[in-house]
Amino acid sequence: MSKSRRTTAVAAIAGAAAFALLAAGCSSSATPGADEEVTELTLATFNDFGYTDEMLAEYTELTGIEIVHNKAATSGDARTNYFTKLGAGSGLADVEAVEIDWFAELLQYSDKLYDLSNDEVADRWVQWKTDAATDADGRLIAYGTDIGPQAICYRSDLFAEAGLPTDREEVAAMIDGDWDAYFAAGEEFVANSDAAWFDSSGAILQGILNQEEETLESTDGEIIATTNPVVEDAYNTVLDASPELSAHLSQWSDDWSAGFANGAFATMLCPSWMLGVIEGNAPEVEGWDVANVFPNGGGNWGGSYLTVPAQSEKAEAAKAFADWLTDPEQQLKAFVSTGNFPSQTSLYEAEELLSVTRPYFNEAPTGEIFSDRSAAIEVAPYKSVNYFPVMDALQNAITRVDVDETQDADASWEQFVTDVEAIG
Amino acid sequence: MTTQSLAEDREIRRITLSHKLNRWDMKVSPYLYVSPFFILFILTGLFPLLYTAYVSVFDWHIIGGQGDFAGSGNFEWVLGQDKFWVALRNSFSIFLISAIPQVILALIIAAILDQNLRAKTFWRMGVLVPYVVAPVAVALIFSNMFGDQYGLVNNALGRIGIDPVGWHSQVLPSHFAIATMVNFRWTGYNALIFLAAMQAVPRDYYEAAMLDGANRIRQFFSITIPSLRPTLIFVIITSTIGGLQIFDEPRMYDTTGAGGASSQWLTITMYIYNLGFGPAGGGQFGRAAAAAWLLFLIIIVVGLINLAATRTIATSGSRSSK
Repeated sequence: MSKSRRTTAVAAIAGAAAFALLAAGCSSSATPGADEEVTELTLATFNDFGYTDEMLAEYTELTGIEIVHNKAATSGDARTNYFTKLGAGSGLADVEAVEIDWFAELLQYSDKLYDLSNDEVADRWVQWKTDAATDADGRLIAYGTDIGPQAICYRSDLFAEAGLPTDREEVAAMIDGDWDAYFAAGEEFVANSDAAWFDSSGAILQGILNQEEETLESTDGEIIATTNPVVEDAYNTVLDASPELSAHLSQWSDDWSAGFANGAFATMLCPSWMLGVIEGNAPEVEGWDVANVFPNGGGNWGGSYLTVPAQSEKAEAAKAFADWLTDPEQQLKAFVSTGNFPSQTSLYEAEELLSVTRPYFNEAPTGEIFSDRSAAIEVAPYKSVNYFPVMDALQNAITRVDVDETQDADASWEQFVTDVEAIG
Repeated sequence: MTTQSLAEDREIRRITLSHKLNRWDMKVSPYLYVSPFFILFILTGLFPLLYTAYVSVFDWHIIGGQGDFAGSGNFEWVLGQDKFWVALRNSFSIFLISAIPQVILALIIAAILDQNLRAKTFWRMGVLVPYVVAPVAVALIFSNMFGDQYGLVNNALGRIGIDPVGWHSQVLPSHFAIATMVNFRWTGYNALIFLAAMQAVPRDYYEAAMLDGANRIRQFFSITIPSLRPTLIFVIITSTIGGLQIFDEPRMYDTTGAGGASSQWLTITMYIYNLGFGPAGGGQFGRAAAAAWLLFLIIIVVGLINLAATRTIATSGSRSSK
């Protein structure tokens, strides 16, 4: 799912096609000497990667290379742009950002991307981040940027009104446990409050499924979403809890955004990048806080990569730039600016990261909290080519019951089964 | 042959040549003058149309490109999809909900503007303002107003004691909300076209009618409307084509652009776009091309029906005006 943000147009600069390089483009390394005199590189990202103009200006100062930065509003827009131009063979930026959820689809065409493996960066990232970016032939096709370790964000003011503890340590202790413990705390809350416990059933479902290894697809490439008991259990668990606890909002909808300011719900699953979303949606609200806890242990939601498309004529320079951008030092700056939590292991012990706090969230030590949360991540869910469409169908099934209230859980599941059959 | 006859022969030939050139000029030049249109049409209209037909008989992935030959497989697949039929229903429903009130409203606005108003130009420009606003901006504002829980419209309804309407969750209300955006944008535009046509109606008719004692409403139905027939037909046909291709407004009606959890407001063009480019199940160019061709055929059929209806109206119109 995408982090929806303000619209900035996607502009793409189509370089003249270098036929020699295109022909050699499938090989893993660039032609030596091909990128002498690189004076300009293009970078394409979406939402907010935290790559500020100052940061890019710094790179220009270091190397003399001007950076043209194109931002897409949502990852969906970025995906459309990326896939279309990758197929067309021209028009992509020299360094292109991709999101984890459509990454697998891209891996099928990994020969259209440069191999970025390099001994100097080999141990830079958490292992599962690197593994996911390595294709079947062992080529590393992307550098990791951020990951989304999840915590629980909550409204301490609403907690206080309902007679619940407000201190983030006490809240963590109260919620600690499995998903049932989280829902039980919610029942206590809604008994004493007008607000709902969580924002969206779809989000909770995503939280549960991100803790499982095999969910929608089996590791041998079959779609198992409709027969996998893990999925059906998660579906039923969420929908059993939703009538009482859900704010009945569909994530990223206008109502959902308005719900933040209207105090519609008291808690939400909170990957690190969500902090910026909350702050943006409810700048006036006081009382948001982060608890160092997540139901059932740890979980990751989202995160992105940088790739260098084989159609780029400036492969070596682009590689060096991507390397610099995903260098721990730069990722730390991005974290401070937007809350995108780095995937670089050396940072997790670094004082600069651990000392980061966030004023809006009652001065919560977000550096420390998300460092802990990332250490708690044990499982990287297997996501392959059909992950995105199947997840979309599943989210629609939840929405029909929880938000639209046009179908009951059983009927909606049946339609989900039909929808998935159509995907094949 | 004598020299004289040779010279004569040459003379005649020269005449015939310039004569021929002259005739070619007469015949060919007009085509050359209009050819820019046809060249453009071939490049931007015909070629994509034929290439889409070519793509539609193959498995074609957005990145992988051309795959195996599929024959009519893609068409059968699309026709077998429930979503395709739901999308078709939605397109027609949104079209009808928007086109009918739009034409009626535009006629009324044009009739008012046709009167002797103060600051005529101001009012006439005024009705065109919504048309200038980008459709995406319109959609963003309206979808916010039509929010289910915190929307302006439901708030207002709540004040006067009406239950909130599920503008996004229910089928008809969502069509109604989208039709509102379409009407907001196009009513003024159509009103100006009607206004232009109304001004071409000879004023003598009205004077004569007034002498006969016809009031304004009678004048409107007996003089204005019949004189507007060709314009009406033009507006109806263009809004039919536009209505069946509606995309911007429903696409921007929520943030994901998927047309609702149970495809409440998924239109046929959105369905095609989602097959080809959308995040859920995108990349299937072959199937998207097949669906696009089906839409093309549907528009042709609707266009033919329109044409037939138009002919009857036009002939009965000319008869009655005599």
